[in-house]
Amino acid sequence: MTKYPVLIAGLLLALFAVSGTSLLAFTYDQTAERIAANEREALLKNLSALVPADSIDNDIVSDFITIADKDRLGGEHIQVYRGRKADQPVAAVFTTTVPDGYSGPIKLLVAVNADYTLGGVRVISHKETPGLGDKIEEERSDWIFGFKGKSLKNPDISKWKVKRDGGDFDQFTGATITPRSIVQAVKNTLLYYKDNSRSLFAPAPVNVASTQ
Amino acid sequence: MADTGYSKLIKDGLWSNNQALVALLGLCPLLAVTNTAINGLGLGIATTLVLTLSNVTVSLIRNLVRPEVRLPVFVLVIASFVTAVELSMNAWFYGLYKVLGIFIPLIVTNCAIIGRAEAFASKNNLFRSAIDGLAMGAGFTFALVALGSLREIVGMGTLLSQAHLMFGEGARGLTLTLGEDFNGMLLAILPPGAFLGLGFMIALKNVIDGRAASRKVKVVLAEAQTS
Repeated sequence: MTKYPVLIAGLLLALFAVSGTSLLAFTYDQTAERIAANEREALLKNLSALVPADSIDNDIVSDFITIADKDRLGGEHIQVYRGRKADQPVAAVFTTTVPDGYSGPIKLLVAVNADYTLGGVRVISHKETPGLGDKIEEERSDWIFGFKGKSLKNPDISKWKVKRDGGDFDQFTGATITPRSIVQAVKNTLLYYKDNSRSLFAPAPVNVASTQ
Repeated sequence: MADTGYSKLIKDGLWSNNQALVALLGLCPLLAVTNTAINGLGLGIATTLVLTLSNVTVSLIRNLVRPEVRLPVFVLVIASFVTAVELSMNAWFYGLYKVLGIFIPLIVTNCAIIGRAEAFASKNNLFRSAIDGLAMGAGFTFALVALGSLREIVGMGTLLSQAHLMFGEGARGLTLTLGEDFNGMLLAILPPGAFLGLGFMIALKNVIDGRAASRKVKVVLAEAQTS
């Protein structure tokens, strides 16, 4: 025992590494299914607030593609969830990222109906200032609901700005940058949809659907 | 040291050696998550769980582990428990997990936990270590909730907002709104408010301790005079 102290210590350490890893593997195994279900449920709840469940007949959570457009959608891995009824497009929900929030990126869900109007916008995550920029959350103010029904013609595309910049959208007292960047990002998403609406709803080849 | 009773362990954890207010350990999560009372409670419970589990485990293996690998083993034990707690919260308290986010894995870096493992659990038996973990955790939770409540009241004019994340939808009604027109003092919610709030709490604790100490001195003096 005293002859190889380092060996003993190493073995002990290995023993604890193995038992720690086993504990984690066990916990992971017990929770993985539930965690996946939680995430799916949270996503479905968000999606169905924007695309009413009775307006579609497909499984919108599973029917998505991943696209890249850094300029208009803010990222290389933007998911687009596609709602269909009788195989006709109903709405597309973009996980648009706003790259230029006041303190970091803001993640949105932007639902665009097949008639180019907005089904609604929600903020999924953000780091904006509490009490000022966080009025973009649905629980803190009604501002985010104002996007519903808007399109590039209503208001006119030149009015897709906050009021301070001569546009049609309210800013908040003490926070202009946050709403400004969100309005811009929603407008860009609408523009992207306008250019790509046909290809977005193309029946997904099997390989696209299976790669995240 | 060895003959100190359980009541002293509990008193140490909750008050005299409170890890947050006296030892000033674990400040990173303490300052970062305490913008509401519920956030503080959530992280406090998670920390208590990890602290108790790690204290128990360290105490069980204290005669087995050689001194050379003591610290790596403690870190391994703590990291395993933290990850297990994180996964469990993700599974059963999804809403709260979303709010606390990065701070659950950061429990690993809470020096209070390895501090208790090294200073207490590695030298004491199973039961005493468990009590110490619970008491220290409760004291830390108390500090988190007190600071969280303070900042929430001053900063937002509410108390127990988002209680439904922890206790389910039925708890929505628990939220207290203090004054309809009170928009809150933003400073309290922002990081400086955490430092200020903690400063006031430590000051208050010192005042209370100071009063208690001077009273004791007076009693001793009075006894000395009468005898």
